[in-house]
Parts: sequence; structure tokens; C-alpha cells
Amino acid sequence: MQNSEKMRQSLLRLFDSQRLAVLSTQYDGQPYASLIAFSFSDDLKELFFATPRTTRKYTNLRADPRVAMLIDSRSNQEADIHQAIAVTAVGKAGEVSEEERPAVFEGYLARHPHLEDFAKSPSCALIRVAVTTFYVVSRFQKVMELHVAA
Amino acid sequence: MRWVLGLHEIGEAERHIVGGKFYALAQMARGGLKIPSAFCITAETYNEYVSITGLRERILLDLHRKDFNQMRWEEIWDAALRVRNLFLTHSFPENLRSHLLQAIHDHFPDEAVVVRSSSPEEDSARASFAGIHESYVNITGDDSILDHVRLVWASLWSDAALLYRQELGLDIHTSAMPVVVQQLITGDRSGVAFSRDPNDPHLAVIESVYGLNQGLVDGTVDPDRWQIDRTTARIVNHAPAKREKLISPWAGGVQVTALPEDLSSNPPLNDREVRQVFDLAMQAENLFGAPQDVEWTFKDGKLRVLQSRPITTTPVQSSDDKRQWYLSLRRSFENLQLLRLRIEGELIPAMVEEAKVMAEQDLIGLSDSELVEEIRRRNEIESKWVSVYWEEFIPFAHGVRLFGQFYNDVVRPQDTYEFVKLLGATEMESLERNRMLEELASAVRSDQNLRERLVEADLADLELGFSRILEEFIGRFGDLSCPVTGVIQCSQGPEALIRLILEMADHSPSKAAIQFRDLETLTSSFLQRFQGEDYTRAAELLDLARTSYRLRDNDNIHLARIEAQKLASVEEGRRRIALQGKTDAYQPLVEEISVLSQSENSETDVSTPAQVDGAGFILRPRQLIGQPAGPGVSRGLARVILQPSDLGKFLHGEVLVCDAVDPNMTFIVPLCAGIVERRGGMLIHGAIIAREYGIPCVTGIPEATELIRTGDSITVDGYLGIVTLGSATLS
Repeated sequence: MQNSEKMRQSLLRLFDSQRLAVLSTQYDGQPYASLIAFSFSDDLKELFFATPRTTRKYTNLRADPRVAMLIDSRSNQEADIHQAIAVTAVGKAGEVSEEERPAVFEGYLARHPHLEDFAKSPSCALIRVAVTTFYVVSRFQKVMELHVAA
Repeated sequence: MRWVLGLHEIGEAERHIVGGKFYALAQMARGGLKIPSAFCITAETYNEYVSITGLRERILLDLHRKDFNQMRWEEIWDAALRVRNLFLTHSFPENLRSHLLQAIHDHFPDEAVVVRSSSPEEDSARASFAGIHESYVNITGDDSILDHVRLVWASLWSDAALLYRQELGLDIHTSAMPVVVQQLITGDRSGVAFSRDPNDPHLAVIESVYGLNQGLVDGTVDPDRWQIDRTTARIVNHAPAKREKLISPWAGGVQVTALPEDLSSNPPLNDREVRQVFDLAMQAENLFGAPQDVEWTFKDGKLRVLQSRPITTTPVQSSDDKRQWYLSLRRSFENLQLLRLRIEGELIPAMVEEAKVMAEQDLIGLSDSELVEEIRRRNEIESKWVSVYWEEFIPFAHGVRLFGQFYNDVVRPQDTYEFVKLLGATEMESLERNRMLEELASAVRSDQNLRERLVEADLADLELGFSRILEEFIGRFGDLSCPVTGVIQCSQGPEALIRLILEMADHSPSKAAIQFRDLETLTSSFLQRFQGEDYTRAAELLDLARTSYRLRDNDNIHLARIEAQKLASVEEGRRRIALQGKTDAYQPLVEEISVLSQSENSETDVSTPAQVDGAGFILRPRQLIGQPAGPGVSRGLARVILQPSDLGKFLHGEVLVCDAVDPNMTFIVPLCAGIVERRGGMLIHGAIIAREYGIPCVTGIPEATELIRTGDSITVDGYLGIVTLGSATLS
């Protein structure tokens, strides 16, 4: 369907316009939310972020790689209710392998150049989220799902 | 904050906050023209009000539910009514109220006023799109004036304004409405003047009526008309009017009365006065540097300008622009009363009679050529009634809207559609049809033997009571084969009807608690608000609305009977062709039928299941938004009606998903757990029926039949207007 093409275009525009996302992990049934700087693959199927290995979120996703990320266009105004788009991405998190690191870094640092020292630190892990589904909310309550075919 | 500004406080810098109308008035005051005293409630005040009360975001939220381009006219009307009700139910914050009262007391202590819109957008477009925003004449008292200010504000978002939003430059984020509060001059003669005739640049045109000029502006009163040579100021032509009516101030508004006889024989203006008005129009043209459209009035021999605006040419409308037609549906009470007499007294009886005569005719006895002629004749009869339907029946539906607006003005309910409860539905044909169906179903429910015989399609020697009701039903409403087969092929057999009765009989009766109980209480408590003439007026309006509500259901059923008769003749033609084959002798018959079938065979869109796209994604709907049209929440498997035969498969407890609940398919409604319609609107047939039966209903989801598939598990939230697909678990 060409509608899914349209939907991918609008997700690309949203992701381009946003630097930060909310990451949800959990440990032993306790949800935990963190703010992260993210990047994404051209085909939208992968989202990336960097985190020190000492963090709670890193511990959580090692224990259970199932995560959710929220990316949205809110501006903290009341008009957000009718204007903002919010995308919840659900998927599995894992560390980017050594061979893939350079390519992922290039994309990540293009979006977040000021994070170079942080992201390249030996104690920092580069995480890939392989997305299974995007839940897209617009017009306050309209919800569409974009599934990545297995 | 500049809450209000007077006529002498206006320069170019203030233009954007006082709007075109007040700016022009200020210029005329400065230029020495006689105008009524006035002040302006600025756009800044509007903005302050919608911010403090929170209305700004509520309006945005409502108008953003759906893309405007996907909204039907009824949905735009609904949105405008909801916005209007927001303004009615949110009074002024204290601080703002005291500023405005101060201005009212300073300018007009104890005086009747006119409250007019002065929208910046309206300035240039008004002449072409008259009546887009509201004006109220003869308003007295603090609270009433303040109420009418809010009503004028609400008209920034009127249905007409929303329809012409592009031409008006209406921006739902930034537009604001300045309001002019003006002294009411109760002129004895009034009118308009065009300083240059739009059709002849050498002439000016003056139109005049007795009394106030509201009647002239909205077309209720015919004016006398003069043409004047612009160069010599000589009257070159006078076209007298019939002079029967006049508009005068009356009880917080205006009224139309018969013109006294001594006046009707004389034109409202003598030649000297015509030239006086002409001079005034030329003065305005000189002041503004462009030809003007001037509203004026004479009171006690003194001439005053009420407003002046540049003459604009009406843009040529393309033929597929239906907006003027939509707006022509806004009929007055008087107009609707006349229409009602015609519909009830002439049109419906004629329609019933015509269907009856056709039904009694023996088609089988006709020769082949007579049959061709008969098919042609019946097709013409149908076309005639279809056009009556559009020209007379649909406009009559406005009776409901007229009452709804009146009810909201008086009662100011939290629920914009509370008035629908008062309309009742006691005499709707489709409810009567469903009542008879339930009677048949209940007979089957209590008689196992009867049930088995129906299952086996053994219809001979059925129990007398049952077969009598069945016959009566078929006699009155047909055997339902037409709606189920999409009227293209009416099989003319009771199979569909029997299946439906069996399906109903297998389940306990629909709660279908048609709420007669409250109706009388509701009616009397509403009417108690009024006394004397107001009582009569309210009762008449309610009665008109009830008739209009009922008729909008019944007319479809009458029309369907006419259509069924046409199809019966086509069916007879098909039968003969099938018997004889397509020989040359049947050529005329074959041609006639194929022409008709083409126009009937509308394309049915085929639902495309969610597919993997080229990039490896699948798009699926989870939650769709429409309008809440029938309160309640329910869940069930979807039955998507893409073609009429899908109706025949409908099972008890399913959710009906369709383009629109056609009055001819409401027999399925008692089986439904919920209703989802592509077509939007609160007063459309499906919504009305759903409310009568207490079935959750969401309307106005254009992609519903495309995104929802038969068998999908869906939840209908008729409170919020949301349809949710699937379950909440992540897959």
C-alpha cells in the first residue's frame, strides 16, 4: 500500500526533526524511563543510542532486551494536544558489533557532533534497537501501527 | 490591552484589531458623514477571552479531529454548532466583563443596539459571501448584549465561514473577530446604494424598503429600485416593488409584518430623497476612493450611513462547487413551514399513490414493446422523485438544525446534541418496520415447530397469525430482497427476510428501549421556559423539527418503493430475455435494461488486506477517530458492508461497518453491537437510529471500510468517537 510509504516519509521527517527520545526499559517488572540522544537507519528499522555501561538503563536492557522508545514533536504548549505526533517504537536492544561501529558512529555523530567524546569513550556502549513495530499517534487520538515484516 | 476603541481612536495602526467594518465607520465619522454612534470590541479582547476560558485550544482540538477536505457539509455544520455552543456556555471572565460593561454604559445606557461582526477577513470578501458572519439587531440589556457579542465571535467559525475558509483567509490558529456595537437607528425607510452599478459603469443603483433594511439584505422584502446617471444625477429608471411587508424592531429582535395600505401605494423614497441617497453614496465613494456598497436609513427625515464597503464582483462559481447550494439549505422558519405543507399535503401522498398505481399494474400482461415503454416511463418517474428529494426533502431537514440552534440558545446545555432527545421518533417508518420484525421473531422464538419449518424453507401452510403478519410486512415494506441484493437484482423472494427473522429469533430481543417515557416530561419542561407568544413560537419550532426529523427517514423509504417498482419492470424484462435469449426481437429491451444497469452498477471498492510494502513494512490501523454519534461502548467482530449482499450475511452481535446506514437497511440495526460509518454527521440517519436503539455509534471515518476488515475484532467508543482494532497486547 502506498499509505505505508507516506507513513514512513512522515516518520523520517519526525525523526530528522527530533534529537531526543524517551527510552523505556524494565528490571524485574519495574519500568524505567530515560532520556537519550538517538539516531536511526535510513530504512527506519533500527534506532541507535549511546550509554555508559554503568547506567541503570544498560543493566536493564542486558537483563531484558525488550524496550520501547518514544519520539514525538511536542513543544510543551497546549497546542501539542492537537498538533503533536508521538511515535512509540517497540523492539529489541543489543550492542552494535565492533565491525559495524564505524558506520553507525558516522550517522550518530552527524546528528550529535557534541557527543563525540562521550560516545567514543571505552566505557560507553553503542546500542541498536531493532524495531518490530511503530505505534503512531496523531490528531490527539488517531493511532496507526507500522510493523516491520518478519 | 485595548479592550474597546471608539470611532475617534482609529488610525491605520488599529485597522487589524478593529476589522474592516469598524475601520470604514471610523473613516466616515472623520470624513463628516452622518453615522450612528458605535464602539468596537477589538480582536485583542477576543484573543483574551478564548485564552482565559481555554476555548482556543478546545476549538482547535475540535476542528483538528479531521482534515477539512474530508469533511462533509453536515460535519462542518456540526462542528460550527459545537463551537457555537462553546461560546454560549462560557461566560465572560469577570475582569473582561467589567471592561465591556463600562463601554456599553458609557456609550449606550438603556439603549437598543446592533451587534455586528467586523472580521478582518470579511472586509474584502463580504459582498461576495454575504451572511457568513452574524449580526444581531435590537439587542437591549447588559447580559443580552454580552451574549450576542459571544454569538458574533462564534460566527467566526460558522459553517459558511468554514466552507469558504480559503477565500476568507480564515486561519484556525490566528483568526480573531472584532465586534461593532452600534446604536440602533429605527429607520422608517432604509436600503442599500451602489455608487456604481456592477453591470453599467455609468449608473448608480439604489434599493429601498419601508422599515429596517434587514429584510432587503436577506431577501425577505422586495425593494423599489432606481438607477441614476452618475454624471448628471438624473433618475433614469424606477422599478417599483410589490410593497407588501416591512421589518421592524420587536422583542429583542425584528419581525416581519404586513405593510399598512396607505404606504404600499407609495414608493419609500421620493425623487429628492433618491438624489440625497445618491449624493451620500458618491460622498462615500470619494472618501474611500473606490465605488461603494452603502447601507443607509432615513429616520425622521434624517439620512444616516449604517455601513459602507467596496463593491466586489462575485467570483464565478465552478459548477462542481456545491457550497452555495449547501448554504441555500439554511432556510427560515416561515420558508420551512410552507415547505412542510407542500411535502405533507402534496408530495408524499403523490409519491405513495404513484408507487401504488405502479404496483397494481400487470407487467406480465404487457407486450414486449409496451414493457420497454413502461421501463422507460418508470425510470422517468424515479428520476422525477429523486430530483424532488434533493430540491424539497433535503432542504426540509434544516428544520432540525433550526430547532437545535434555538434550543442551545435558550437552554445552553453542556451536550450540544441534547435537543435530539426532544425530537422522539415515534412515527418513523423504519422503526415501525423493525417493530414488526421483532413481532415475527418473537413468534418464532416461542414456537420450535415454526422455527424448524422456516429453517427448511417450508412456507406452505404456516400458522395463520404468523403468515398474516408476514404478508402484511411484505405488503408494507417489501421482502427485503432489494436492499440485500443491492436493488440490482431483486430476487423477489422472502429468503432474506426469513433469514433475518431467524437470526433475530435466535437471540433475545434487542433492548431497543425506544425512550418514549421521557419524551413528554422533556417536552413540557422545555416549553415551561416560555410564555405567551414565545411559547407558541417554541412549540411550533419543536413541531416543525419533529416533522423534519421524521420525514428525513420516511422520505427515503417512500423513494425506495418507487425505485422498487422501476426494478420490478426491469426484472420482468430480464425474465423475458432469459426465456427467449438475446434475439433481435429483444434488442430494444436489452438496450433499455443495459442503459439502466450501467447507472445502477456503482463500483464497490474492494478492501485491500494489509500487505507488506516494498520496503518491508505493514501498515495497520489501531485506533481511528470519527464523531461520537451514539453513546456507549461495545465490542464485536466487524461486518464490513462493501456490497449489498454483505448485509444478508450479518450476524447478531457484529459491528456494522459501512458507508452509511441507508434507511432501507435499518432492519439490520437491532442485530448490531455497534455502528461505524464513513459518512459523518450527528443527524444522519444511522446516528439517529443508533441513538433510538441505544447502540454505540461512531460516524465520519472515511477510511473505515478500507482499513477495517470483516472479522476484525473492534471496539466502538460512542462517547469519544473512537474505534479501536484488535487487542491491547503488543504483538
